[in-house]
Amino acid sequence: MKLTATLRIAIRALLRNKMRSILTMLGIIIGVAAVIAMVGVGNGAKADVEAQIATLGKNMILVTAGNFTNAGVRSGWAAAGTMKIADSEAVLNEISGVTLVSPEVRSGVQIAAGNQNWYTTLLGEAPDYFDMRQWEFTDGACFSEQDVRSSNKVAVIGKTAAHQSFGDDDPVGRILRVGNVPFLITGLLKAKGFSLQGSDQDDVVVVPYTTAMKRVIGVTVLRGINVQAADSDNMELVQEQISSLLRQRHNIRPGHDDDFIVRGQQDLVEMATAQSKTMTILLGAIASVSLIVGGIGIMNIMLVSVTERTREIGIRMAIGAHGWDILLQFLIEAVTLSSLGGIIGIALGFGSAQAISHFVGWPTVVPLVWVVASFLFSAMIGVSFGLYPAKKAADLDPIDALRYE
Amino acid sequence: MQPVIVLDSISKIYRSGEVEVHAVREVSFQVQTGEFIAIMGASGSGKSTMMNTLGCLDRPTSGRYLLDGVDVSALDRDALADLRNQKIGFVFQGFNLLSRTSALENVELPMMYGRHRLPARELRERAMRALELVGLAKRFDHHPNQLSGGQQQRVAIARALVNQPALLLADEPTGNLDSRTSIEIMGAFQSLNEKGITIAMVTHEPDIARYTKRNVVMRDGVIVSDTLVADRNNAKAEMARLDAELQAAKLVK
Repeated sequence: MKLTATLRIAIRALLRNKMRSILTMLGIIIGVAAVIAMVGVGNGAKADVEAQIATLGKNMILVTAGNFTNAGVRSGWAAAGTMKIADSEAVLNEISGVTLVSPEVRSGVQIAAGNQNWYTTLLGEAPDYFDMRQWEFTDGACFSEQDVRSSNKVAVIGKTAAHQSFGDDDPVGRILRVGNVPFLITGLLKAKGFSLQGSDQDDVVVVPYTTAMKRVIGVTVLRGINVQAADSDNMELVQEQISSLLRQRHNIRPGHDDDFIVRGQQDLVEMATAQSKTMTILLGAIASVSLIVGGIGIMNIMLVSVTERTREIGIRMAIGAHGWDILLQFLIEAVTLSSLGGIIGIALGFGSAQAISHFVGWPTVVPLVWVVASFLFSAMIGVSFGLYPAKKAADLDPIDALRYE
Repeated sequence: MQPVIVLDSISKIYRSGEVEVHAVREVSFQVQTGEFIAIMGASGSGKSTMMNTLGCLDRPTSGRYLLDGVDVSALDRDALADLRNQKIGFVFQGFNLLSRTSALENVELPMMYGRHRLPARELRERAMRALELVGLAKRFDHHPNQLSGGQQQRVAIARALVNQPALLLADEPTGNLDSRTSIEIMGAFQSLNEKGITIAMVTHEPDIARYTKRNVVMRDGVIVSDTLVADRNNAKAEMARLDAELQAAKLVK
């Protein structure tokens, strides 16, 4: 019998029991929908995280000062007090894979301009910092290497801090007091938005690190070093080289802990996606259970269908249907049922992914390969769970089947 | 010309546990092309087993069965299915049409299972011709539940004929029909037989058997009589007589 004719028979048989067909498909629908939603949300979250990581800059490695332990009391991160400006220069000069470095100090400060004041983050950086983070200026320009060498009181201001201090006025060329120190604003940074941790990256004032250390915070050690590697392929190698260089410079003996932390961009991505991974696993578990239950449901209904239609099978056999024809008829019916469930599930999954991302604010990305794969998988469920009932139908004895009431 | 059916000492033994049931014992007979035979007998006489054997639905335990020159005894399931498809047309007591399927599609069905595929237009044309033959061309798109019993049986006959089989096999074809419709169906068989189609029919009604040309009576698995029908009923004449009686009854009122 022709495949198209068999397909038509299958569809007609399914339409005969619409409610039953829909209920049977439900397991597959939920399973596939869960898979698609899972992939959509998971990929969306990943894309979102990657976009945020990208705001850090390209091939960034963050070296942060570590902690120390004194008489059993352990300090927090960045308190070791061993990271020196010389370390930063050594990293740039001695490791070939490093293109740019920017020593970093950081502190919360009260800033004031005119009659406005605001609590913000003060960053001490090198001018290369803005290149590394691909952070452009809306207005004005960056401070220079000369400003760093002379510890000049010049500052670059983020959009949020500028807005809080100057309102809608142009801050470039104005005076901003940081603590009690007046700074000349040379540039206004472009907005970068929120970071992964949810902090406003634009709520910031950036000054030469030398100025920040000497004139504002009053420290002689760095909080960390921002490093840019030459290319993304040997990030790990560069990270290891930084580690061993710093251990050597800090005289850390083998077996003792680092007094610094080196993190690449990829580590940050992994940290940030850990949460969405949990969700992915959960949805994956729901999906696989649902698909198996759906498959069993299809098998059950196909067995019922074979029993109900025993007489029909007998008639078809009497007038010349081979066992194969009957097998194919019921198999196609099962596959139609499961793949139709798959299609509905895909649509529903898209819908749920859209809804979830609407609430969470992630983009939805469902790669075509997943759509195709889940369709094929649902069709495969039809084959594997439909095979037994179909075989049962095909093995019927025509005489018994004809006499069946 | 070779006979359509040659049975050569056919036996069929069913085993249920320890008990052996000899449904058919060493039966031999032949049916020539163009014959119209009725196999008769009470229940348990072996006529159903005979029917299943003739219809290639079942294989005999021993003996040889040649259908249109083909030895059936040695064939496997699929080959038997092909043989049924090509050489036998079935008409059943319960009509056995596929419900929710139009008359035309029911008639097309045997061609769909045929080993050579025909284009859809050809299928339709052949099915329509078969329906014309039984006078139901106008109702080709009716579903079985929209047809009377007699009409359903005629659709079944059209389905049986559509592959131009060597043998039309009918199992109690009038069993579910009233007497008037029974005569109508027997009329259809008679006119098909006049066109040269070989028909074998199983029935337990002597009245119905008298529309055929030859009666084979079975009892306890053997043939007890095999006679030509002397005073054959003619369905057309019978119908005319019934109509006349009906007319007369109306006039009396």
